[in-house]
Amino acid sequence: MSGSEPLLRVEGLEKYYESESDFIDRLLGRQQNVKAVDGVSFEINEGETLGLVGESGCGKSSIGRSILRLREPTAGSVYFKGQDITTLSDSELRDLRKEMQIIFQNPQSSLNPRLTVNDIIGEALDIHGIESGVSRDARIKELLDRVGLNASHANRYPHEFSGGQLQRIGIARALAVDPDFIVCDEPVSALDVSVQAQILNLLEDLQDELGIAYLFIAHDLSVVEHIADEIAVMYLGKIAEIGSPEELFAPPQHPYTEALLSAIPEPDPLWEGDRILLEGSVPSPIDPPSGCKFHTRCPRVIPPADYDFEQSEWRAVMSLRHRTREADIAVETFDAGEAALMESLRDELDLPPTLSDPEAEEVVQEALRLVADEEFARAASLLEETFETPCSTDEPVLRETDAGRVACHLFDPAYESGPTRGTPTDDGSAAGSATSDD
Amino acid sequence: MAMLEVEDLNVRFYTEDGVVKATNDLSYRVEAGERFGVVGESGAGKSVTSLALMRLIDEPGVIESGEIRFKGRNLLEMDEKEMRELRGNEIAMIFQDAETALNPSYTVGEQISEAIRYHLGLDEAAARERAIETLESVGIPSAAQRYSDYPHEFSGGMQQRVVIAIALSCDPDLIIADEPTTALDVTIEAQILELLEEIATEFDTAIQLITHDLGVVAEFCDRVMVMYAGHPVEMAPVEDVYYDPQHPYTVGLMSSIPRIGDDRDRLQTIPGRMPDLIEMPPGCNFHPRCPYAEESCTRVEPPLVDVETGEPADPINSDAQAAACLAHTGELSGELDYEVTVRGEDDPAVPGDAPSSAGVSDR
Amino acid sequence: MSSETSQRTTERGRIRVSGFDVERVESRDPLSSWEPDLQSEAGRGRLEYAWQRFKRNRLALFGAATIVFMVLLAVFSRPISLPNGFPVLAGQTVQPFSLAPADPANQDVLTGYREPTLENLFSGTATGLYLFGADWAGRDILSRVMYGGRWSLSIGFIAVAMALLVGIPLGSIAGYYGGKVDEIIMRLVDLLYAFPFIVLAIAVIAVLGRGYWEMILALVVVGWLPYARIIRGEILSVKENEYVTAAKALGSRDRSIITRHILPNAMAPVIVQATLSIGTTVLVAAALGFIGLGLSPASAEWGVMLNVEQDAIARGRWWAGLFPGLAIFVFVMAINLVGDGVRDAFDPQGDQSDTDTGGLR
Ligand SMILES: Nc1ncnc2c1ncn2[C@@H]1O[C@H](COP(=O)(O)OP(=O)(O)OP(=O)(O)O)[C@@H](O)[C@H]1O
Ligand code: SF4
Ligand code: SF4
Ligand SMILES: [Mg+2]
Repeated sequence: MSGSEPLLRVEGLEKYYESESDFIDRLLGRQQNVKAVDGVSFEINEGETLGLVGESGCGKSSIGRSILRLREPTAGSVYFKGQDITTLSDSELRDLRKEMQIIFQNPQSSLNPRLTVNDIIGEALDIHGIESGVSRDARIKELLDRVGLNASHANRYPHEFSGGQLQRIGIARALAVDPDFIVCDEPVSALDVSVQAQILNLLEDLQDELGIAYLFIAHDLSVVEHIADEIAVMYLGKIAEIGSPEELFAPPQHPYTEALLSAIPEPDPLWEGDRILLEGSVPSPIDPPSGCKFHTRCPRVIPPADYDFEQSEWRAVMSLRHRTREADIAVETFDAGEAALMESLRDELDLPPTLSDPEAEEVVQEALRLVADEEFARAASLLEETFETPCSTDEPVLRETDAGRVACHLFDPAYESGPTRGTPTDDGSAAGSATSDD
Repeated sequence: MAMLEVEDLNVRFYTEDGVVKATNDLSYRVEAGERFGVVGESGAGKSVTSLALMRLIDEPGVIESGEIRFKGRNLLEMDEKEMRELRGNEIAMIFQDAETALNPSYTVGEQISEAIRYHLGLDEAAARERAIETLESVGIPSAAQRYSDYPHEFSGGMQQRVVIAIALSCDPDLIIADEPTTALDVTIEAQILELLEEIATEFDTAIQLITHDLGVVAEFCDRVMVMYAGHPVEMAPVEDVYYDPQHPYTVGLMSSIPRIGDDRDRLQTIPGRMPDLIEMPPGCNFHPRCPYAEESCTRVEPPLVDVETGEPADPINSDAQAAACLAHTGELSGELDYEVTVRGEDDPAVPGDAPSSAGVSDR
Repeated sequence: MSSETSQRTTERGRIRVSGFDVERVESRDPLSSWEPDLQSEAGRGRLEYAWQRFKRNRLALFGAATIVFMVLLAVFSRPISLPNGFPVLAGQTVQPFSLAPADPANQDVLTGYREPTLENLFSGTATGLYLFGADWAGRDILSRVMYGGRWSLSIGFIAVAMALLVGIPLGSIAGYYGGKVDEIIMRLVDLLYAFPFIVLAIAVIAVLGRGYWEMILALVVVGWLPYARIIRGEILSVKENEYVTAAKALGSRDRSIITRHILPNAMAPVIVQATLSIGTTVLVAAALGFIGLGLSPASAEWGVMLNVEQDAIARGRWWAGLFPGLAIFVFVMAINLVGDGVRDAFDPQGDQSDTDTGGLR
């Protein structure tokens, strides 16, 4: 990394959507926000690739589009070559379009079916008055050639091409203005394995030849690992961990990265990694969990210091806590009789018959009784007050570790239970250099 | 006799643009309790194969010839009523898109118990009970409560669980899963695969898993069929396919996937794309993309042969690795000189197999 | 043949393929003459594709031929001269043909009604052949029906065209920009929709008075609503397409995005609707004529002809009403055939309708 200004610097980017609501709700101000991107910061250097991974709905595309101001960011700044583009006027923005481009996931819907390839690629040239007449045609031929298409196809319509070819046309369109930076929004997700590899190779060749920087968005960690110089793992609108592929994978530090990595099926029949199966699915971004957004599913959620939990027990208690808060236990469907009810409740919640810590056991029993009476709120507050964990109260920030930056209390010396695995921060000073979220 | 035997299946679609040869002389078998994988890129004819098993091929498609024997009975000779009894009851299907597989205007519980009532003839209360059990067995929390929820109230992963529950509800002997996890996130995919795995062991159900993801196949399947342009090009136990692939297309697929932990700069991938199934290249359909192709490949259509003996393969009765490439019939003068190495193993090629290059020279 | 003794492992990325030399494919000459075809025949755009399909639809072609025939009859029924004040060719005759057997205004009040007859076919009289008979004023009905097409048909075509000119821009603006503009335009549409079609048209004529252009205006006031609604809905889904985002990312201006990328892809349902509603418009115009709110009673507009002859029909002079009515029927029928053909041509079995709304589950 050169010490100078990176090509692109994103600081505290936020993008909120208004959740779907009707006219009356809007009148009454009952509007809820979907926090699609919730304070994200990163940098991309010239000619490098930042990979952005995460599950669907975690805000990857929203970041890509906000950076290009195809959607207006709600807050935060985006510096491109040192200039904050969130403040640019429309005409300044139009000039910037020559330097920042985007390619899309769906090759079919990203090309206008009524225009020929010639028109599609030519549009970019026309808008910015880059070439005209004979040299325009020559440029289009050159671009088609560069992305591995036959120049004689210029007069054809998109529906005559296969997915991989369409994706190449999309790339040619982005290249037409000679950009320095391209947002690749899942460019290979819709493609077949062999074609996916062709496109990945093409993107890498273009980077080598033209020095283009990419923000490469994908949900497939192995693709990102292949192409990226640095990887950011996102969960619910926030970056959980960011670092080079080596830092990220050897071994992964953030519990979410760990789970994500372990879930990837390895094309090797004799591979037998430990699967970390996460419970449930990603919570709704309308009302995300407090503290660390991952705490409702995190297998390594930090147990309270005053009690002596086994990790799996503690996970079960956390799930109980979460479900009481959501009032998501159907008590009436269990067998009657208190003892039987308790048993089946514990069974359903994966709680062992007794917890190893007798004090904790008492609290949990009390909570279960409340649940049996459908006093969910009281059960929730009992659990929350007795079992305190930083994971549900404090929001972790990205901190420098010796292998990338991680947003997890396990890697924060301020929480004494400290990391249970991996290395702790070497000294506290690193905390200051971590980019903080707003 | 295997539970499912498909022999020389040919499916054609008579479209305006020409005849689509969706499957060509396809033969394979699935044993009871076995997990059989079908891999290939889009357009290889994977889904058509599975629809043919259910006799669900629609206009303008026809099953032109062949036999599909399920427990010894030829499905192609059954009448529609017998077929209906079979579908869902003994053979069930899981689709890629759970959202469209469920009817949005009925609760998930009703959809499951309807299937149960239809196939098992239970009364309403018993069907309901069984439906709730099934929902529980696919890992839906508070199943009794969620019985009366509508599909849109479920997340994608949960919807796929419901679809699996419907498939399971009548205790089928064979489940055909057509890309069941493709639309899901990896963490959810892991959950669903685990669930399918549990089901396969617990109920001893055979699963024919269709996918394009080599990772999923490696993890899940016992035996694999690789398809290209409507033809089976390689068929073998899963280890053989991964450690000792014998068809250039399989090799190309293997080398085009990015793998975590390998530090290749470029992916060696197959150039070009699959031909459309109307006008296919002559001889070996793969020859325009095959690095080993020779003049003979454009003339001779390679049969599926046993790679050890070079004799025509018998996929219905034998487990031996079979591939459809002229290198194995002795008609190729060159060699398939790729090499598959497995890091951390002394013998780079297949354990116990001689040449490290998978080359098969003239016999 | 694989040995199960192979150690299970937790290490990733162990398998490595080498020597799969794809350069060979790229560098060698093609082995056979087989070419990887593009997905379909050369250079056929979607519009052309739709036309191909339309051409194969016999009923629709028959409808189209009927319409062309009726239009030709109307145009060539009497000579057309430009008015004296016209900027070019003032006062000259631009269409000299006269297919109608007689001047539709030629009266023979003394004789009055005449039954349809073939006997004049060869002799001919000054006031017409009376193939379709004559009306109360002794005017040749055949000539009047031919000539009346000028009013009836032109009202249909012009009113629909003008309604499109109003509906498409308004609907496009509402759909593309959304927000307040959308709210205002669509509430106006809702408001106008709250009145029955014909009542609104009658109200407009009541205010403006009778006449050709007044009638068209009345039809446009009610006619633009469906187009605005359809095009707005269509634009809402088309603008989610990534090619629209791509155009924005390239720096296209809004106007060019709408006209170049969105409208052409949103037009198909509007075209279908417009074709079908030419028929309804002609019907409404006729209905207005029939209830006496149409053109002047002397005009040969089909609806007016029916109105004037109301009593005659009741008294057994069936021909006076049959032929104008039949003209309306045939025309509307033909338009509907064409409309259905157009719809089928644009929609080969649910062609493409996948739209990513990005909405929440
Ligand atoms: N236009 C919109 N209006 C309202 N909510 C939206 C809109 N676009 C996206 N969202 C919501 O924002 C969140 C993040 O969306 P985004 O498209 O960025 O996710 P993603 O990571 O790209 O997902 P995928 O992998 O499915 O494409 C989701 O909850 C989504 O439903
Ligand atoms: S902060 Fe707590 S809940 Fe969040 S990832 Fe770290 S351990 Fe898990
Ligand atoms: S037969 Fe020829 S073209 Fe086909 S796979 Fe074998 S070597 Fe390649
Ligand atoms: Mg996305």
